[in-house]
Amino acid sequence: MRRMSAKFLVCMLAVAIGCKQEQQGGGNVGAADTAAIKVGEVGSMTGTEATFGTSSHNGIQLATNEVNAAGGIKGRQIVVIALDDQGKPEEAATAATRLISSEHVIALLGEVASTRSLFMAPKAQAAKVPMVSPSSTNEKVTAVGDYIFRACFIDPFQGYVMAKFATDTLKLKKAAILRDVRNDYSVGLAKVFNDNFTKLGGQIVDNQSYSSGDVDFKAQLTNIKSAAPQALYIPGYYTDVGLIARQAREVGLTVPLLGGDGWDSEKLYEIGGTALEGSYFSNHYSVDDPSPRIQEFVAKFKKAYGGQVPDSLAAQAYDAAGMLYDAMKRANDISGPAVREALAQTKDYRGVTGDITMDDKRNATKPAVVLRVGKGGKYEFSGRIQPEGMKESNPTEAPRANPDQPKKTEGNTAPNAAPGTTPTPTQAPAPGATASAQNAASTGQRQGVPAGEHSKK
Amino acid sequence: MTDFLQHLVNGVSQGAIFALIALGYTMVYGVLQLINFAHGDVFMVGAMVGYYAAKYSGTSESPGIPSAIGITLLSMLACGLLGFTIERVAYRRLRSSPRLNSLITAIGVSFLLEYGGQFFLGPNPRKADVLPSGSPLTLGGVSIGSVDVITIVTSCLLMFALQRIVFHTRMGTAMRAVSWNPSVAALMGVNVDRVISFTFVLGSVLAAVAGILYSAKYAKVEPLMGLMPGLKAFVAAVLGGIGNVPGAMLGGLLLGVAEQLVSGYVSSSWKDAIAFAILILILLVKPTGLLGRGQPEKV
Repeated sequence: MRRMSAKFLVCMLAVAIGCKQEQQGGGNVGAADTAAIKVGEVGSMTGTEATFGTSSHNGIQLATNEVNAAGGIKGRQIVVIALDDQGKPEEAATAATRLISSEHVIALLGEVASTRSLFMAPKAQAAKVPMVSPSSTNEKVTAVGDYIFRACFIDPFQGYVMAKFATDTLKLKKAAILRDVRNDYSVGLAKVFNDNFTKLGGQIVDNQSYSSGDVDFKAQLTNIKSAAPQALYIPGYYTDVGLIARQAREVGLTVPLLGGDGWDSEKLYEIGGTALEGSYFSNHYSVDDPSPRIQEFVAKFKKAYGGQVPDSLAAQAYDAAGMLYDAMKRANDISGPAVREALAQTKDYRGVTGDITMDDKRNATKPAVVLRVGKGGKYEFSGRIQPEGMKESNPTEAPRANPDQPKKTEGNTAPNAAPGTTPTPTQAPAPGATASAQNAASTGQRQGVPAGEHSKK
Repeated sequence: MTDFLQHLVNGVSQGAIFALIALGYTMVYGVLQLINFAHGDVFMVGAMVGYYAAKYSGTSESPGIPSAIGITLLSMLACGLLGFTIERVAYRRLRSSPRLNSLITAIGVSFLLEYGGQFFLGPNPRKADVLPSGSPLTLGGVSIGSVDVITIVTSCLLMFALQRIVFHTRMGTAMRAVSWNPSVAALMGVNVDRVISFTFVLGSVLAAVAGILYSAKYAKVEPLMGLMPGLKAFVAAVLGGIGNVPGAMLGGLLLGVAEQLVSGYVSSSWKDAIAFAILILILLVKPTGLLGRGQPEKV
């Protein structure tokens, strides 16, 4: 017995020495000027919103690999250090602190959820580390300070998009709202939807709430059913929305459900099933969008991840990372303040989800799409909505010469709407014959008018 | 009026599940004066076993009645074994030590199951297809889901069966004897260890059924799912008078209905606060719980 433990001790010692040597070896390389640029990523890789984190991670990886393959930034490679926050705000703050103080990252990418971004942002701001959230749409996120950016539009816009779509395209007069009171994102969207829907001549007949993680929504749904709305707006996250959809049908509420980008997950349909068919939600992009820029991205993503179709979170994360790397290339040096300056000057960055321009509040200005949940959980492209009073007006830029994107007049030119264009829901584009038939069938539109031509008028 | 009836139906269906879990708490408390905080997690294990059984037996989205029964029996068996093991490994050797020790051990077992589940199975919620689903029935404007019907009927049958076991079998008599006074019962030739094991198994089996019903009703299974229902079932057991079998049923139903009515007529944010306020009020007026007596008719 004693001999055994002595042997064991020797083994342990050997292992320990081995480790130490390895560590030293690693440390020596890090001193040179050509060291890799460290970028931190915080995401919910597990938990109730796990697909948000994993999709974003894939998008970021894809963007990073492309930049690294093309020689990196200023001759330096990029290393992304990703930490899981399990979908918990406190964990997100801890992860951000850890990345900043012990990993010394140059910039942070994340979080998807607004609540968690709000926990991370003060840490990034205090340490003067630029933070780019791919998909946090709550207004408050970038208001934390001048180091906080986002690659997506903000809640008021999403709420506006759905209100506009409901009144103009679906011709609805009465809607009800069911919002998640524990979620800044949901409360924000609900408020803007409420204001805009009323302003556009509609009526909110009932306004109910739930808390994320609840499993029983029947009491609220019973009340909503009695108020007889024509649609129910649920700006929540996919797990809750899936359950709500099922229970809505169980209490006999059969109207279409409307939502925001928090619905975007494969799990939505897995949980909600057929109860969700015929519902609509606003989103950042659509894989069915015929724009070559999007199709090229979809093909690259599928190739990299074994045929997996990128959801909008993956596309947004890809854009957020791309935007950050673009800013790093333009920055005078690779330091927090210099990268921040370059990020703030981002103009017409040609992202997958549209041309991104930073406004003075560090929010991205770009259009949104509305998707319909079809049979079998397929998302059908049903329209595109422009930002209200969009400042960016470069109509001549639409056919801008770009060898990479020869057919740029289609689909994705929408952000460059004509000057003074009042917000109009652009109708579904009709690219190929099959897709156009499907779109026309689902939205009852005329065929054969590409979106690009609409916006050029 | 239709709304009220609908809230009532929703509440009864939710309360029936609380009641099934509450029975396990109350029976264990009856024989051991131990609040078995791991009970909510046994419920979770029941739902998990159901989920995996359905997944690997390859049933469709709406399994037939035979496979649903098979899944439920398997889950009952697994939870029965788990309950037996927990009592044998964790609680038995602490039976003569101060009650606080057992209580803390119970909390430890609960965390072990929760975070062990999270570690080994992953924290992501998944959708369980364990019971046949059909379109909801509509009776005079009130709609009742097929799962709700199954829940209410199954719960009633099980509670009736439990009542038979406790009051009309030899084992039930022994359980009641142990709950009155374990040492006297032992002197009378009752095998106390066996009775206690049996109580744990019985409670866990009921929790397994509750887990299956819950996962079918809410279509969501995850390792921390036992936390809230477990806590509420405990409240239900205290509300009805802990240690009292009909009290647990009544408490569960009341809590379910109260939650639905508060969500329906006040606000869902208040439902837990008000449900717990009701508990405090009842206990102020009647410290032994609704059906509890000075010398409760324990099990």
